Amino acid sequence: MLRSFTVGLAALAFAAVGNSGAHAQTIKIAILGPMAFVQGENHWAGAEMARDEINKAGGITVGGKRMQVELIRADTNEMTSVPDATNAVERVITRDKADFLIGGFRSEAVLAMQEVAMDYKKIFLGAGAAHSKLGANVEANYDRYKYWFRYTPTKDTDLARTLFAVMGSIAQQVRTELKTDAPKVALLAEKAVWTEGLIAAAQKNLPAMKMEVAGLWQPSATATDVTAELSAIDRSGAHIVFTMLSGPVGIVVGRQMGERNMKAVAWGINVEGQKDEFWKAAAGKAQFVATLDTYAEVEMTPKTIPFVRAFKQRYNKAPTYNAATYDAIMFLRANIEQVGSLDADRLVAAMEKAEHVGTGSIVTFDKRHDLVWAVGKTAGIAVQWQDGQKVPFWPPNVKGMKPFKLPAR
Amino acid sequence: MYALLAIGFSLIFGVARIVNIAHTAFYMLAAYCFYTLLAKTGLGFLLSGLISVGGVTAFSVLCYRLVIEPVREHEAAVLIATIALALIFQELMLFTFGGHFLGIPSTLEGAVRLLGVSIPYQRLLILAVAAAMLIIVWYVLYRTRLGLAIRATANDLEVANLMGMNVHRVAMATVALSVSLAAVAGVVVAPVFVVDPFMWLAPLVTMLAIVVLGGLGSLKGSLIGALIIGYVEAITVFAVPAGAYLKGAVALLIMVVVLLARPEGLFGVAFEEER
Repeated sequence: MLRSFTVGLAALAFAAVGNSGAHAQTIKIAILGPMAFVQGENHWAGAEMARDEINKAGGITVGGKRMQVELIRADTNEMTSVPDATNAVERVITRDKADFLIGGFRSEAVLAMQEVAMDYKKIFLGAGAAHSKLGANVEANYDRYKYWFRYTPTKDTDLARTLFAVMGSIAQQVRTELKTDAPKVALLAEKAVWTEGLIAAAQKNLPAMKMEVAGLWQPSATATDVTAELSAIDRSGAHIVFTMLSGPVGIVVGRQMGERNMKAVAWGINVEGQKDEFWKAAAGKAQFVATLDTYAEVEMTPKTIPFVRAFKQRYNKAPTYNAATYDAIMFLRANIEQVGSLDADRLVAAMEKAEHVGTGSIVTFDKRHDLVWAVGKTAGIAVQWQDGQKVPFWPPNVKGMKPFKLPAR
Repeated sequence: MYALLAIGFSLIFGVARIVNIAHTAFYMLAAYCFYTLLAKTGLGFLLSGLISVGGVTAFSVLCYRLVIEPVREHEAAVLIATIALALIFQELMLFTFGGHFLGIPSTLEGAVRLLGVSIPYQRLLILAVAAAMLIIVWYVLYRTRLGLAIRATANDLEVANLMGMNVHRVAMATVALSVSLAAVAGVVVAPVFVVDPFMWLAPLVTMLAIVVLGGLGSLKGSLIGALIIGYVEAITVFAVPAGAYLKGAVALLIMVVVLLARPEGLFGVAFEEER
């Protein structure tokens, strides 16, 4: 009995030493995402690539000591349950002892996750949500929210700036090719909080850009049929369909526009259209559908093409913007090595001043810890589906861009 | 599609008094089965479709025997059991296929222009298949002994039982017939819609609105209700383009109004009446 007790005690002591040793040797980064969905898959894939690259090179130097990166895979299930997302954050902080948090996708869920992370004063690098409030929180209550940084994408109002910049260039092409002075634009936006600001901005800006708003159609984000909407858009004589779609309705729109042989061209945000699987999901019908995007084999930064190629080689598909978890980890490494510590307050101070050349953007932060918007740096790229290929076409001055095409009339 | 789903749902309610919330989940299973067979095994459209409908129908009978039949006497338990079944199917699909939105190529490519409106051939195929299925259901119900038994059971379960009919077997056959309609809908609609683990939810709401409008248990009511709700949805989009997302809510509003003003629906039997 005594012998068993002694052996047990020794085993416990060994385990405790082992654990503390392991914890001291690694930097634990929790990757938060809806892992059953493409967004979460990309969060995780980008993070895996960063971890492997860093660990292969010997780890991160923290005050002269090399530490390996350990990833914690946290399924937030945020597509169906916001409470599941906050529970996941709580779990990785309290049970898994995560040092840093990266990820999140749905703004509603990330706003809730942000609260939990700030309660524990954990640095949280967002890699998916665009809602302005996430950054506004930092400005309104800096001491509490300063640990939040939005690494990707730009905030919703900046996304609008990019959309209108590209819209201007497409409208010019429509004017030239179709010989019309004021192209007609149909607004097709799913009914969601994130589209409200964009709709208001479109209704205000498009007439000022010498375009006519042909109407506003708002299907549900999960609509499975948009025949009635597309019929009405067809009848309105629209030249451009300005899409604001994040849900599966994006696939339905692409497919049914193709099936109807519509002459209008789709441009805007179509999150499903950013994925490699889009063409197949739309049964090869989504010809000329264009969307805002982040990654393509173009020289946005010197790191873009090597990263995209390595990603494709490893995962057999192109990365989506959520794979910027790679950049977020590299950004974290650069700052940890500069500060020489894992102390959150010191890192925040360093990150606020840092400029980081990532794989999809060149990043600096404003006082809200939002990305500073600039074409060619953080504004992203625009792509168009042409014969099954996602073809990048904007910004036109970046090497590797190709022409935007209009459907034949 | 709405008509196929609503008639199946109404049929099983009319005969077996089973409110099968998992009805559209079987429609989802058929769509996934069709996708898997078509995309992964390379079987043709027809064979994949037949296997999907047959497989899902057989599976529904198994579910009936294992899950629904043991609690059939308790309507609330049946309701809860079918909700549980639907959620289990959803989570299983999420686990197996992930949250990806899957697309299936059209069975028939191309479109025809009628009165200035472009109609893809796939849509016409859906219409033809739906019409054929409705004729088959009518034939089974009104020209076969099984149909006679189903109608007798629907009319008065106790008397049918006393007359020597095996009402459990009739209920099982009705489940099979009803789910086969949902499975056919899943197979023909999959090439038009997107296949995903949550695709059963939206049609469930619309289907409930249709059967309440048409009258619970009334097949004729389900068919006419489907046409009315389908038109109401389209008119909502044309009349209020910025409120296109409200088309589901409009269908539900009709359901609530019907429940308040005429609970038996257009062709159903009043709840107060004992059949």
